[in-house]
Amino acid sequence: MNKTLSFYVHIPYCTRRCGYCDFNTYTPAELRIGGDFASVSHSYIDLLLKESDLVPDAGQIPTIFFGGGTPTLMEPSDLAKILNRLRDRFGFTDDCEITIEANPDTVSLEKLTQLRSIGINRVSFGMQSAVPHVLATLDRTHNPENVVRATHWAREAGFSEVSVDLIYGAPGESLTEWEETIDQALSLPISHISAYALIVEEGTKFAAQVKRGEVVMPDEDETADKYLLADKKFSAAGLNWYEVSNWSLPGSQCRHNIAYWEGKNWRGLGPGAHSHIDGKRWWNVKHPSAYGERLSAGLDPAQGSEILTLEEREVERILLAIRLPDGIALASLSAAQREQMETFLAQGHLSEENWNRGILSLTLSGRLLADRIVREILA
Amino acid sequence: MPAIELSKAPQPGSTDLNQIRNFCIIAHIDHGKSTLADRMLGITEVVEQRNMRAQYLDRMDIERERGITIKSQAVRLPWRSGIDGKEYILIIIDTPGHVDFTYEVSRSLAACEGAVLLVDCAQGIEAQTLANLYLAMENNLTIIPVLNKIDLPNAQPEKFAKELANLIGCQPEDCLRVSGKTGDGVADLLDQIIAQIPAPQGDASAPARALIFDSVYDSYRGVVTYVRVVDGHLLPRDQIQMFSTGVRHEMLEVGVISPEPLPSKGLGVGEVGYLITGVKDVRQSRVGDTVTTYNNPTKTALGGYKDPKPMVFSGLFPLDGADFPVLREALDKLQLNDAALVYEPESSAALGFGFRCGFLGLLHMEIVRERLERESKLNLISTAPNVVYNVKMEDGKEVRVTNPSEFPDGKVAAVFEPIVKSTILAPSEYIGVIMELCQDRRGVLLGMDYISEDRVEIRYNLPLAEIVFDFFDQLKSRTKGYASLDYEEKGDEEGNLVKVDILLQGEPVDAFSAIVHRDKAYSYGVMMTGKLRELIPRQQFEVPIQAAIGSRIIARESIRAIRKDVLAKCYGGDISRKRKLLEKQKEGKKRMKMVGRVEVPQEAFVAALATDADIEKIKAARKAGN
Repeated sequence: MNKTLSFYVHIPYCTRRCGYCDFNTYTPAELRIGGDFASVSHSYIDLLLKESDLVPDAGQIPTIFFGGGTPTLMEPSDLAKILNRLRDRFGFTDDCEITIEANPDTVSLEKLTQLRSIGINRVSFGMQSAVPHVLATLDRTHNPENVVRATHWAREAGFSEVSVDLIYGAPGESLTEWEETIDQALSLPISHISAYALIVEEGTKFAAQVKRGEVVMPDEDETADKYLLADKKFSAAGLNWYEVSNWSLPGSQCRHNIAYWEGKNWRGLGPGAHSHIDGKRWWNVKHPSAYGERLSAGLDPAQGSEILTLEEREVERILLAIRLPDGIALASLSAAQREQMETFLAQGHLSEENWNRGILSLTLSGRLLADRIVREILA
Repeated sequence: MPAIELSKAPQPGSTDLNQIRNFCIIAHIDHGKSTLADRMLGITEVVEQRNMRAQYLDRMDIERERGITIKSQAVRLPWRSGIDGKEYILIIIDTPGHVDFTYEVSRSLAACEGAVLLVDCAQGIEAQTLANLYLAMENNLTIIPVLNKIDLPNAQPEKFAKELANLIGCQPEDCLRVSGKTGDGVADLLDQIIAQIPAPQGDASAPARALIFDSVYDSYRGVVTYVRVVDGHLLPRDQIQMFSTGVRHEMLEVGVISPEPLPSKGLGVGEVGYLITGVKDVRQSRVGDTVTTYNNPTKTALGGYKDPKPMVFSGLFPLDGADFPVLREALDKLQLNDAALVYEPESSAALGFGFRCGFLGLLHMEIVRERLERESKLNLISTAPNVVYNVKMEDGKEVRVTNPSEFPDGKVAAVFEPIVKSTILAPSEYIGVIMELCQDRRGVLLGMDYISEDRVEIRYNLPLAEIVFDFFDQLKSRTKGYASLDYEEKGDEEGNLVKVDILLQGEPVDAFSAIVHRDKAYSYGVMMTGKLRELIPRQQFEVPIQAAIGSRIIARESIRAIRKDVLAKCYGGDISRKRKLLEKQKEGKKRMKMVGRVEVPQEAFVAALATDADIEKIKAARKAGN
């Protein structure tokens, strides 16, 4: 099999920061720059180009993912520059998947059309919720109507792969409200949904609010019920799970993400971006200005790295593969590990059908316990 | 000057009985005993001004900081009386001032002919002082009532003079008034000690008999034994013998404290001083024992010798399991200086290896723990203290239980628990709340007396177990700190006591068992099952938690099976983070204790067993570690 190299391109800018988000992103105020993103876009793309030039040849590119931050803050012409450079350097596979994350507030039909025209063929909107007070809790500013408009524009612009991200389990969200969000999402012209239980990330404004008791996280059982409801409704609409938090129509899985879960090679560009090539992981300096300084000085922006031991690679294989429907081959586990799993099997958290075919895979209730099951396998 | 130069003063070993006055100072913590003693050292000039320091006689940091005396001292002070102009030797025998050390106090008192009853005239007498006063009166000591801190703006000498007069049966104007701080009245007090306290009596030609009233381990000298010579004399070349054991020791040194140790040519009848014999363990030189000479031994011991008996037990465990050998060494060392401390190794599923230690009481426990932590730099966890139970089985067998987990299975005929006779002194407005507390703690009212217009002495019999629990804290908080407590053992009584077991998934967990009164078994069960429900994380299956007396379930809770244990996101940069988290969780899993199939974090054991203060400490340590 020919080697491939996926690319993740990080855009570390947002017009404002959402309270729950711990991603490596910065607002103009934090960077002490004006609100003129066009000039930020130009100079930032130049840095990305410099970094991409440092990447040694490693095979064709099957997927590219523009993530953030808010990638749609970049000028489409700038994004085109990086795509062209990557295509010229490495070549794209015929079915190369190129995704961009988009804020429903900062797109227009025109912009989406431009993005499509430079070769981007998949768009993922941060919808989060259809319920205004939940959006407010999450510190999101967009009007739920914008998502409806944006997804239709995306279709109109020629995107056949449109995804939305949802967040459930925010403080104050009822089961009914979550169902509203699900129904709203399913009414959109989309082929893919990612649904995440809200995580309180340390160091965020949200974590501080939780700590001070200003907001109370819901009971875990209620959040589990929301997962079950989502899976039921998504499946009924033809969207099937292909990872713990991801559902899609047949053939519409995000291949870029699958590359992560299958332990493929990928290269991250941009501040704080992680890379993985053949069992070596590394990550860039986190702050955009440090990143800029390094590249301007002709230095590699990598800040740290680790070479995975065989044991660590095995741990990663298990913790990633268990999240997928294909699961883990029982033959790759020791007899003791298999025995350890029998309780979960008996409790219905592992698929008995697959077990009998020599595969350890999670059932619906098992998906909710994925981390615990991994801990038991590796105990 | 009434002070006498040391070299010209009557010398140890050859001081006439009539020139000696042995006395102690009975006072409550912070009523100014140490300051008064400092002042006495100053005006008798045994300590030069430039060498003086505060609380001169308190040797341990812990004594100075807490303002308490753990070990007694006996300082020899020469003084020329301002009344008759004659030379005298005053010996202050400093006594420990706490309820846990009643026996030590009684031995110190037995070495004196008189006592200065020192009371802060802004606070009045406290329960422990009263208890020690009664003890002194039982020993027929002459009491000199003294009001201290007369320099304070809120001093009420008239009021408290009346109180003291009522207590000891004198006139209010007989109370001396001093200020240890300014020195006011201290010379007069020394003169009154000479005038009022009788000289010791004894037979100089009889076989030697000396009372051990304290025994202190010194890392350079070995055990230093403090004695009061009752009959005969002790010389540096004597071989001495302990009456209780018959063991013979070479005498290495005899001397007096002045106020530093000063070797002498001997100790004569009536004198107080120290002996060094090369013994390395205070248990070979026990408080209350009689010292005699090997060549001319006495046939009759001095009365009142008792073996110290631990009343309160608690498990001590190092926070870091690797410190177990350090703890063992520290206890061994401490025992050299503390005949009352007993311990034996104990292992707990929850807390690892440690020691079950027996103490005279709560203060003794606190002091031992503090010294272990301070002197050996240990971080300790102690389990909630408990008393000793005697369990009689139907087959006639008797079992002594120092740890609830040792409570015997099978048919119990009766359980006996230690009872104490307690005395509480408080302003009369608190009578109601105090009685309520004592009734709630199974107290039996013995009597009540007004010691002055608005202060009352309340006497109760109480199970020691109740006092050990949180009685003192409750008493203090319900009386805004005004009540004081003293108690003495009164022997064992049968109690309606049961062992409450805690079961996880049907399996009893020893560490959580408790012996409680039957009426309180239910509330203990509810409290403990509730606490554990909060502390034990949810498992893969439902975990019932039950409290039971024998096979009868009295309380139950249940931990629901966990349903969600997955992090939603796992993309590029999350992967190594997740792997590292997993490794950390694996470490965490190692610290889990398996009880049957249930994983119980060590924190749950600690939180359920340890005292609240320890829990705070553990939290702080964990925070600092992060």
